Amino acid sequence: MNNIIVFIETDNGKLCDVSLELMTKGRQLASALKCDLEALLIGHEVSSLKEELYQYGAKKVHIAEDPKLEYFRTLPYAAITINLFKQEQPQIALFGATSIGRDLAPRVSSALKSGLTADCTSLEIGNHTDTKSGREYKDLLYQIRPAFGGNIIATIINPDCRPQMATVREGVMKKEALSHYSAGETNEIDVNSILSDTDLVVEIIERHIEEKKIDIKGAPIIVAGGFGVGSRENFKLVFDLAKVLGAEVGASRAAVDAGFADHARQIGQTGVTVRPKLFISVGISGQIQHTAGMDQAAMIISINNDPNAPIHQLADYAIIGDLNEIVPKMIKSYKKNSK
Amino acid sequence: MTKAFKIVVLAKQVPDTRNVGKNAMKEDGTVNRAALPAIFNPEDMNALEQALRIKDKFPGSEVKLLTMGPSRAADIIREGLFRGADGGVLLTDRKFAGADTLATSYALSMAIRKMQPDIIIAGRQAIDGDTAQVGPQVAEKLDYPQVTYAEEIVGFENGKLIIKRRLERGVEVVSTPVPVVITVHATAPDCRPRNAKQLLKYKYARTLTEEQDNEHNSYLPILSLDYLRIPEWGVNDVGGDETSYGLSGSPTKVKKIENIVFQAKESKRLSASEEDIDSLIKELISSHTIG
Repeated sequence: MNNIIVFIETDNGKLCDVSLELMTKGRQLASALKCDLEALLIGHEVSSLKEELYQYGAKKVHIAEDPKLEYFRTLPYAAITINLFKQEQPQIALFGATSIGRDLAPRVSSALKSGLTADCTSLEIGNHTDTKSGREYKDLLYQIRPAFGGNIIATIINPDCRPQMATVREGVMKKEALSHYSAGETNEIDVNSILSDTDLVVEIIERHIEEKKIDIKGAPIIVAGGFGVGSRENFKLVFDLAKVLGAEVGASRAAVDAGFADHARQIGQTGVTVRPKLFISVGISGQIQHTAGMDQAAMIISINNDPNAPIHQLADYAIIGDLNEIVPKMIKSYKKNSK
Repeated sequence: MTKAFKIVVLAKQVPDTRNVGKNAMKEDGTVNRAALPAIFNPEDMNALEQALRIKDKFPGSEVKLLTMGPSRAADIIREGLFRGADGGVLLTDRKFAGADTLATSYALSMAIRKMQPDIIIAGRQAIDGDTAQVGPQVAEKLDYPQVTYAEEIVGFENGKLIIKRRLERGVEVVSTPVPVVITVHATAPDCRPRNAKQLLKYKYARTLTEEQDNEHNSYLPILSLDYLRIPEWGVNDVGGDETSYGLSGSPTKVKKIENIVFQAKESKRLSASEEDIDSLIKELISSHTIG
């Protein structure tokens, strides 16, 4: 009782990384709180995945299996989750900040009148004293997240309501299986006793899972390459840096015209206008037709070997030098210093 | 078959956090909120467009905006009217202050009960919090189904709305009965511009508070026209449980706020040396800019 429950997502018969990252974090929190870590697995023919959840430290796996649950639908998934949380009274419940988790978790929190914090970047256990009443709270979940467009970092707590709920994006937490583990318990949820016809009114007519669309407009971090990158092959450097930073790749018109990058990535007057929180400009000189599409970025880092390139005027940090040296150094430094 | 819908669009006035440029920074490097313009939350604009398209497709339908906020949030209603909405309500009361997403959703749901719409459409999330929680929570409070991340409301067949959803790696088409709460994704079409006729018609739309605040109200005679009055609703108008509103109805509390301190506005020149790059990356990680 009063354990930690992680909502598990699956994709094509495999556990999603974000869920395993949450299990890893949940394990740390459970050990700090001296409680157990449990998992909730909903789907169709998913029970064989429980072994892997034990490897990640689950003491108990709650399984709801039914053909009706093959694809995520809010109402039946919410009904099962709400029912389980009422019964098990977890003190903490964690969800991935995915299109599924961000749809399901708020509905569950509303039904349980419990607090939810979206997109946490860090979760810690700590105490709290209410300044008004002087009441002491022990072992609360600190839900730490950026807010206000990333300009502030807020620590949120839910002193009085349980479960304390949070969502976390993929790639934010570390994923680590246990080297030694033992199989835990299983709780088979009786799906049909929980679901009613009204839970099934929304029907899926069609599903197309496709290649990810290029969406540089909405990306919080953009790494953009210019003509100075030199070739389509060398543009891989730009993609590599973007990949480690979880960023999107953009390009100047000169780079697109030269065939280094697709038109969908073009930033500037003849492309899209972006306002990310961080813009890293690689081998771009900084002509007005390009900068008009990116000068509203909250922070700009420019990399160019020409100390007089106009892009440096705009940058918060201007790195003068060879991008072929600098970009690999940035990747190496990030890998070394993150997490 | 003709069908007309009553639609409520949930819209929020937000500080333009995407536009925190260097001039919105105070000397200590923190954000000067007062310097940020208040705007119509971008995805709520996409939501308004979807509502107006339903109205185009099903004549006789009616689009109303619902916004919660201080007096100046009446701007949101006017902007909606200029673009084709038929009316709106400003939900405003000191008792709503300090609301987290749950208490906000409760207040909105109580106002929606009074408005009795068939379809509620909101943006997926607001740029000041990015939580995406209010839509689903409003749906739960009303016990309606929810369809999130809508990109297009395709049609109405056999008593059900057909909606295309944008997921992380694809699209899904679902059917849902009404009433329903729909949240709209940024990839949905942009909102149509202001309409000159609507602009002329609603230019002087005012709340009672705005009218009373303005001592030199030269357009007062026009205000006798009913359609120019933007209604303001408070707790007493929508009813419900007082402890579920505002701070007391909010399970989450803010324990601590840290401002991210930005570097000086001057651009800083770095060499390509390992040390320079390492210190830059460390700084970006510690300020949560990356990682």
